[in-house]
Amino acid sequence: MATQHSRSAARIMMAPAVILLLGWMLIPLTMTVVFSFKKYLPMRGGDLGWVGFENYARFVTSSSFWPAVATTLIVVGGVLLITVILGVLLALLLDQPMWGQGIVRLLVISPFFVMPTVSALVWKNMFMDPVNGIFAHLWKFFGAQPIEWLSNASVTSIVMIVSWQWLPFATLILLTAIQSLDSEQLEAAEMDGAKAVSRFGYIILPHLARAITIVVLIQTIFLLSIFAEIFVTTQGSFGTRTLTYLIYQRVLESQNVGLGSAGGVYAIILANIVALFLMRIVGKNLDT
Amino acid sequence: MGRITLDQVSKSFGEVEVIPPLDLTIDDGEFVVFVGPSGCGKSTLLRLIAGLEDVSSGEIRIDREPATHLPPSKRGLAMVFQSYALYPHMSVRKNIAFPMKMAGVPEDEQARKIADAATALNLTDYLDRRPGQLSGGQRQRVAIGRAIVREPAAFLFDEPLSNLDAALRVGMRLEISELHKRLATTMIYVTHDQVEAMTMADKIVVLRDGLIEQVGSPLDLYRAPRNLFVAGFIGSPRMNFVTGAGDRMGGAPTIGVRPEHIMASKESGPWKGTVGVSEHLGSDTFLHVHDTGLAETLTVRVGGEFDARHGDTVFLTPDDEKIHRFDADGSRIA
Ligand SMILES: Nc1ncnc2c1ncn2[C@@H]1O[C@H](COP(=O)(O)OP(=O)(O)OP(=O)(O)O)[C@@H](O)[C@H]1O
Ligand SMILES: [Mg+2]
Repeated sequence: MATQHSRSAARIMMAPAVILLLGWMLIPLTMTVVFSFKKYLPMRGGDLGWVGFENYARFVTSSSFWPAVATTLIVVGGVLLITVILGVLLALLLDQPMWGQGIVRLLVISPFFVMPTVSALVWKNMFMDPVNGIFAHLWKFFGAQPIEWLSNASVTSIVMIVSWQWLPFATLILLTAIQSLDSEQLEAAEMDGAKAVSRFGYIILPHLARAITIVVLIQTIFLLSIFAEIFVTTQGSFGTRTLTYLIYQRVLESQNVGLGSAGGVYAIILANIVALFLMRIVGKNLDT
Repeated sequence: MGRITLDQVSKSFGEVEVIPPLDLTIDDGEFVVFVGPSGCGKSTLLRLIAGLEDVSSGEIRIDREPATHLPPSKRGLAMVFQSYALYPHMSVRKNIAFPMKMAGVPEDEQARKIADAATALNLTDYLDRRPGQLSGGQRQRVAIGRAIVREPAAFLFDEPLSNLDAALRVGMRLEISELHKRLATTMIYVTHDQVEAMTMADKIVVLRDGLIEQVGSPLDLYRAPRNLFVAGFIGSPRMNFVTGAGDRMGGAPTIGVRPEHIMASKESGPWKGTVGVSEHLGSDTFLHVHDTGLAETLTVRVGGEFDARHGDTVFLTPDDEKIHRFDADGSRIA
């Protein structure tokens, strides 16, 4: 379609954007890699020279590394599970014709517009506060001892907060997918004697498979780097230190830029492994 | 058994009455075609029978059992949709097996019925493909296969051939007719193609705006259309209508003559006109004749050898025996 000439013209015109993006990405990445091979302590002597792989070794052997990886995976996995399951149910519900559909849909989407910092603060102070929170009142109303959410059920709390933020996204994608299902297929299944549950299992769910993989893929990329939710609630204590948060602590709290950078490189590798793994699944699902 | 009776059945969507109350009886083993222009309510009527829409009033009986409030799966009817509505993520085999699986038919019986249906419909080589990997005609056959294995009391088809090309349509038309002869099951077939209606039906139901205009065998409808609408709808090319010809035509306000019932000659005849377009089909030629003073255009069928060019003068003789007469509000005058 494109001639040689138009192709090279296109390349020249795209160049500024590509160069800008490359610079944007490559410069911090290179700096991270460079720092990771250095002993660099800003407040305690600054650049102390090259140290080879010492930072890498120290980062993985530190007692907080594996728990941080585990926490990261639990949070990501938990949020994915909750958002996908509830997202499918909500999408099914919102697809039904009902009064005030437009407004209901808008309300369902709205948590997505709230900044992570704000929503985490709202959850922390309004819902999960063991004295004044709504949950505490609810528990007391039923005569139960209020839970100290952020200290006793800390990971669960983080998962709840993040799920609340991402549920609208999952619902939105899944709702559009459900709406694209040919209603004649459902009618055919109904005539073939499929009950509502079978129709869901045999027709709707397979139809949603592709949308679900896309939700999982996109959310994973963003969930691996959640930070604000932890920062404003538990500050990484009570077992909520994810890999991202651990890196932050190494760089800013311990003022060890080299060690933190090594952690950053590990995080990049972890993200790529997860992404590769997910791409495989998506690729398989997109075939059909 | 598959005798279906509609008793004063009507359907409204909100304020709009799509189907005014109508009565209709479909006998066991009959091939009934619903035909009518787009939007006249053919699909709606079929969906009412299938149970995919609730009736607004009236009663549906299948084999004399009241079925008005039965869910679709309990009516024992199978439907073939215009879009085929195959399950895209299942193989052909699984598609055909689906209704049996839902009914809890044992595996070996399923396998046997699938094999039978596949042989009958020429699908044996495609059983492990997905619907997306099949041609339109093959998909159509899978949809029919899925309907057959249920052994329904009646088959419902909603414009099943409208997505196929002309040649394939003729082929599938024959296959469906043969299937009907072989199974002798009631079939209700919706189309807006009057050729399909004429060639396949035992009984044609002509609909307009939800109203039944006429019910009868294809030849009844061709020979004695009850009104102008049916006369214009059945037969191809359309019947010619001449309005206000007055006394010459025995006093009927409107008369109709089919193109095949007018003779053309170059020498003499009661009507005189000029040839416009002539369509050569080989065996026949259709002449569009203007300036007769009777109607804008008269269509005339002549033999393939008849030589007439644009602008030639021709004389036309209608076959008096086969003239249809209609009164002022369009009803047939016997
Ligand atoms: N769900 C619905 N809500 C409101 N009106 C509807 C609905 N379904 C059909 N109609 C109306 O009912 C009328 C009949 O529709 P129907 O689909 O039965 O037509 P049809 O004869 O099958 O036409 P076609 O040949 O184009 O398929 C149309 O005017 C249509 O607009
Ligand atoms: Mg229709």
